[in-house]
Amino acid sequence: MSEKQEFDSRLQAVLRRVYGEQIALASANRLSGGASQETWLLTLSGTGAPDTLILRRAPEGMEATDDSRAIGLPNEARLIRKAAATGVAVPEVVHVLEPDEGVGEGFIMSRVEGETIARRILRDDEYAKAREHLPAQCGRALAGIHRIDGSDVPRIRESTGLAQVEQYEQTYQEIGVCRPIFDLAIVWLKENAPKPLAPLLVHGDFRLGNIMVDEQGLAAVLDWELAHYGDPREDIGWMCTNSWRFGQSEKRLGGFGDVEPLLEAYAEAGGAEFTPRDIDWWDMLGSMKWGIMCMGMYETFRSGADASVERAAIGRRVSETEMDLVNLLEGQRHA
Amino acid sequence: MHDQPSVSELVQAVKNFVDHSAMPELKGRAAFHARVASNVLATILRDLDAREANDGAEYERLKALLPDSDGKTRQALNEELQGRIRSGELTIASAALMEHLKKTAIAQLKVDQPKYSGLATALED
Repeated sequence: MSEKQEFDSRLQAVLRRVYGEQIALASANRLSGGASQETWLLTLSGTGAPDTLILRRAPEGMEATDDSRAIGLPNEARLIRKAAATGVAVPEVVHVLEPDEGVGEGFIMSRVEGETIARRILRDDEYAKAREHLPAQCGRALAGIHRIDGSDVPRIRESTGLAQVEQYEQTYQEIGVCRPIFDLAIVWLKENAPKPLAPLLVHGDFRLGNIMVDEQGLAAVLDWELAHYGDPREDIGWMCTNSWRFGQSEKRLGGFGDVEPLLEAYAEAGGAEFTPRDIDWWDMLGSMKWGIMCMGMYETFRSGADASVERAAIGRRVSETEMDLVNLLEGQRHA
Repeated sequence: MHDQPSVSELVQAVKNFVDHSAMPELKGRAAFHARVASNVLATILRDLDAREANDGAEYERLKALLPDSDGKTRQALNEELQGRIRSGELTIASAALMEHLKKTAIAQLKVDQPKYSGLATALED
């Protein structure tokens, strides 16, 4: 038996434990993912089970992702179940993999139909209605996420706004490049940090690309691996960061809408009351973080760890965030 | 050294090959990387054209912005600027600093990602 056949056969055994012996695994196709985290589309035959499912897994020995902030797939599954119980639209987790099942670490979830590719969501006619609905839907979803009690989920760390500035400053200084715009942004962020709010569970990567959107709008919140306890304004600011407006700068919220309807829906659904200006600091934090993340990704090329042209090229995207930081700092200067 | 074909012409030739011969034959991840490679070649062409003038202009601005700059390299002046920003001596209140950083960012972005939305925003002002 080939390695893939062995994998499929173990996966089928898992699925039969969940749905019964009458079902079979028709196919398992890898969709995407890096070396440590994979996403697979599973097709099933037989009655009493969905036709398709999604497997998120880390192969054995690869459980520790390269991102130390990540909470790990089993904890992600726990959080998704809690999010569902809080009324947030998420895929249904149907099974969390056990070590003795031999397919690595991860979980199986329902396949939510829709689109994750930002450029399609922002430009295609079929998502025109969705773009209208999304701001308020995102506000309600965030209010739900920020209500989740994750106290019994391990490995969820606390990371406040100011702590993130310091963490990324350290990364920037370790990389050792001289890009004075980042120094200026870091100084400004430190000196103008908002009074911290009581930490809540935040998603940590809430933006287009990580949400499933259908013609009616938000269908599911995905990619929970960066969840942590932090400031609720972080999730709102990240979606407003210009890098995640995918070219549609004039629409502050993700390139599809205004932030006001999000804030309104957020407060109506039980979240705190924020004004658009309360989000400014977090918007700038987002540009600073993404710029330093791009530097870090280029470092994997420079160090020889990843020889791909994509990792080299991302180093030439740092200047996008430098431009955004200059534009935002200029705005603060005249504020 | 001879320069016929010049470095820019050679890069353009490789870009032509990637765009018109290689890319149509590729699928999936390889096609994605070919597209990235083609964009990188376009960046190289812009860098070859603009670097000397951009570096020169940046150097002149740094010399005007910082005292006692005689005889110091562009790199040394950038490090000095970094130090003055970190120490809080230069802040966003300095119009000269902001103008320098904006010009530097615009010049860099015109080479790196000329279609980026933030560049249009900066040029509007």
